[in-house]
Amino acid sequence: MLARVEGEGALELSIKDGKIEKLHLRIFEPPRLFEKLLEGRPYTDVIDIVARICGICPVAYQMSAAHAIDSIFGVNVNPWVRTMRRLMYCGEWIESHALHIHLLAAPDYFGFENVVAMAKQYPDEVRRGLLLQSLGNRLLRLLGGRSVHPVGVCVGGFYSAPSVDAVKTLLKEFKQALPMAEQLVRWTAAFNLPDDQQLFTSVALCHPHEYPMNEGRIVSSSGLDIAINEYQNYFTETHVPHSTALYSHFNGQPYLVGPLARLNLNLGKLPSGVRQLITESGIAFPSNNMFHSVIARAVEIYYAFVESIRIMEQYTLPAASCMDFSPKAGVGYGCTEAPRGILWHRYELDEKGDVVKATIIPPTSQNQARIEQDLQTSLMSFGLDHGDDELRLRCETVIRNYDPCISCATHFLKLRVDRS
Amino acid sequence: MKPKIAVHKFASCDGCQLAFLNAGEDLLTLAGMVDIIHFTEAGPIDEETEVDIAFVEGSITTPADCNRIQRIRKNSRYLLTIGACATAGGLQALRNFANAKEWVASVYAAPEYIQSLATSTPIREHVKVDLELWGCPVSAKQVLRAVHDLLFGVTPKVELDKVCMECKRQRHVCVMVSKNIPCMGPVTRTGCGAICPQVGRGCYACFGPAENSNTGAMGVWLQGLGLMPEAIAKRFLFINSEAPEFRAAGTQWKSK
Repeated sequence: MLARVEGEGALELSIKDGKIEKLHLRIFEPPRLFEKLLEGRPYTDVIDIVARICGICPVAYQMSAAHAIDSIFGVNVNPWVRTMRRLMYCGEWIESHALHIHLLAAPDYFGFENVVAMAKQYPDEVRRGLLLQSLGNRLLRLLGGRSVHPVGVCVGGFYSAPSVDAVKTLLKEFKQALPMAEQLVRWTAAFNLPDDQQLFTSVALCHPHEYPMNEGRIVSSSGLDIAINEYQNYFTETHVPHSTALYSHFNGQPYLVGPLARLNLNLGKLPSGVRQLITESGIAFPSNNMFHSVIARAVEIYYAFVESIRIMEQYTLPAASCMDFSPKAGVGYGCTEAPRGILWHRYELDEKGDVVKATIIPPTSQNQARIEQDLQTSLMSFGLDHGDDELRLRCETVIRNYDPCISCATHFLKLRVDRS
Repeated sequence: MKPKIAVHKFASCDGCQLAFLNAGEDLLTLAGMVDIIHFTEAGPIDEETEVDIAFVEGSITTPADCNRIQRIRKNSRYLLTIGACATAGGLQALRNFANAKEWVASVYAAPEYIQSLATSTPIREHVKVDLELWGCPVSAKQVLRAVHDLLFGVTPKVELDKVCMECKRQRHVCVMVSKNIPCMGPVTRTGCGAICPQVGRGCYACFGPAENSNTGAMGVWLQGLGLMPEAIAKRFLFINSEAPEFRAAGTQWKSK
């Protein structure tokens, strides 16, 4: 079993004559068949159903679905709704990234079994992380009533608008915490990370004016630039015997989605203050060192704080928190930047707005082929002659670095090494 | 010796475990009071050591999990389910009303690779459960209070009231009476904090049935608001479709 990831998985490794003969990341998260149970449900249920795919990134699911259904009904949201969706996404990035950095990833880089052990020696760093995480959750509660499976989002906007006072109170706390988010970037940049340069294709959303969250075109480091509805013309999903998650390929090759891909492709969209902090931290982005993902997450937390503060400072009550619309039949697409990377949805609705067909492609299934490719490369450069325990730790570190959410994709790390 | 606890996962979204992982300072306090023996997402993995308290998230959907829950029960002195999946099969239990084999075949290109049962069932259908905490997600406050009670030898108190009671205490205007919005509050267990009426929408019953829920009257009321029988069935057959009261009401409306 692989610890400190979300979901269940295992790794099978066969080594023959000093070479990797077989490397399979087995995902045995039991399938829950969401795409089928959506069929026949009214559009009003979709937002609440898809949230349940992942307890750590429910907002990403809600946002991709809301955008897709908005487009079918021809809803153009007002600036307030657009901005509040972005604010809510900031909350989820902060919560999910802070949880990953502190509870799942950092113990690897400091040689601890888990965060509880790490907290004894690094109490301030761990407490800072838990505080940032809790502020992300507070932001989710502000707009959604609770942080796991929030209830505020609907097609066309939000069921209601938070009060000016509630926003002011949280804004004050965000301003106080901003220096901590800055320290977090400097802290992660000083981690003793392996230098493991690899060739990979980054894929992320790109928006002309902002760092991508809810909207944009799908672009890649190899020059792809397509509308979200063209995704299936370029990316394919296949099913392999050893996994309940499907594998995605781009032009037949693995690719990377998530914070490092996003940062590599969207550096220029960050405000100058955030870029300045990256420069001061001494890490050069774009980076081909996969282990820089943890720093990319910290940068995105800092950015999400800056962005949330900007939005909350300008907060006013809207004329309407939700647009008027009437249901229509049609096909719609949604693609947003979940904490772990692009989350692609396609819905076909009938004239009442009931689901005829749903397709959901989560970030972890997109990264799965890339994780196996990374393991091949990093294990060869690490050296296969290490003992099973050392190999396991390295494999776990590599895998955890992707923050795989295996519940989404359909736990870990039982490593089975077969040496012959 | 400190009490030993375990957190186990079955088919789920991991959201109920966040009751611990989102607890911040309380997580560190708890870790000081107990030995965490098994909690995959937080790090420790050991399903074989006997524990005092086991928390179970998720529903049973695979042949392997049928066996695993038996082993876990044997190794656990006190077993609690956390959340809708473990307590009522979860959203994925909607497959129990459909042809699950067809569902697998249409999602996966090679269904023969998928080892999945035709049903998603709550833990109580497999082993004795000492306490059930409802909710999708479970309330973190409830989970931490249950842990606290158990550590001090008190039987935890569970919420039995309806969402309506909480909604009145918070002085929200009833969305069903004032706006004709279908709301499942009258039959749903409280614990969420009445957050849906608070934002102006109807409750969608994610905490399962309350004690003595009058599901019959609820259905008739929904009909009076203009819902068709099929839509009423879907109000009951949603996140807690394997809760007996909801299953019965939903099945009845489905056949109308």
